[in-house]
Amino acid sequence: MADSDTPATITFVLNDPPYENARSTTAFRLIDTAIRRGFNVNVFAYEGAVALPFARQAPHANAVHGRDVASEDHPNTKDWIAALLAEAAERQVKLDWVNCGLCVDERGVAEAIPGTRRGSPADLAKFSEASRSTLVIPTR
Amino acid sequence: MARYVLIESRDPFESNDVRYFYELAASLARAENDVTLFLVQNGVLAARAGEQAPSFAELGQAGVRVLADDFSLRERGITATRLSDGVKASGVEAIVDRLGTGAHALWH
Repeated sequence: MADSDTPATITFVLNDPPYENARSTTAFRLIDTAIRRGFNVNVFAYEGAVALPFARQAPHANAVHGRDVASEDHPNTKDWIAALLAEAAERQVKLDWVNCGLCVDERGVAEAIPGTRRGSPADLAKFSEASRSTLVIPTR
Repeated sequence: MARYVLIESRDPFESNDVRYFYELAASLARAENDVTLFLVQNGVLAARAGEQAPSFAELGQAGVRVLADDFSLRERGITATRLSDGVKASGVEAIVDRLGTGAHALWH
């Protein structure tokens, strides 16, 4: 725990892959709220969560409902992360998003959006040491 | 006094582990810690008045502050007026602000 960091830093550890569980949405809400309240935020994404900022995600049409890509307006998690990075920059706080490199390689999702970076569990240890609190959001 | 924020995302009717998480919250509070139990996602289903869930009023008597995520409540059509005694609707700011002051956090 850091006592003198200004602004304070909160670390979130994400585990879930995109489009599978409400935990991802809740995690994004927590990160967004932390940024809006002026905290620096670290995110360590591992296992399936490393696909959240995968740059090749694409919106799709919905043939069943007769909607094209634009009207379907399918949200991609990479865009939500880009929005969080923009929000942090606007509010002059830090959002440091690290993807576990081993997990990235296993899943072939190295092409992440700009503003995120590749790292290792050592980054999680550094994040935790430098943060007021760390919240792990596990898959189970 | 340490601060804890325990985040329960599961409905006690889908997971027997939930009652142990509630008991953990009560035990931490009885040990004179500052404890918030935050219900989110399906965890808020237990907060409906009339549910046969463990009593949130009893958790309150133990000193646990019980909050239910307003977003999760709206998603499930549960209004704040239908919550059990001892449960208050809240935004996730309640979690973030506690994390920002060094609270220990547990997610279930």
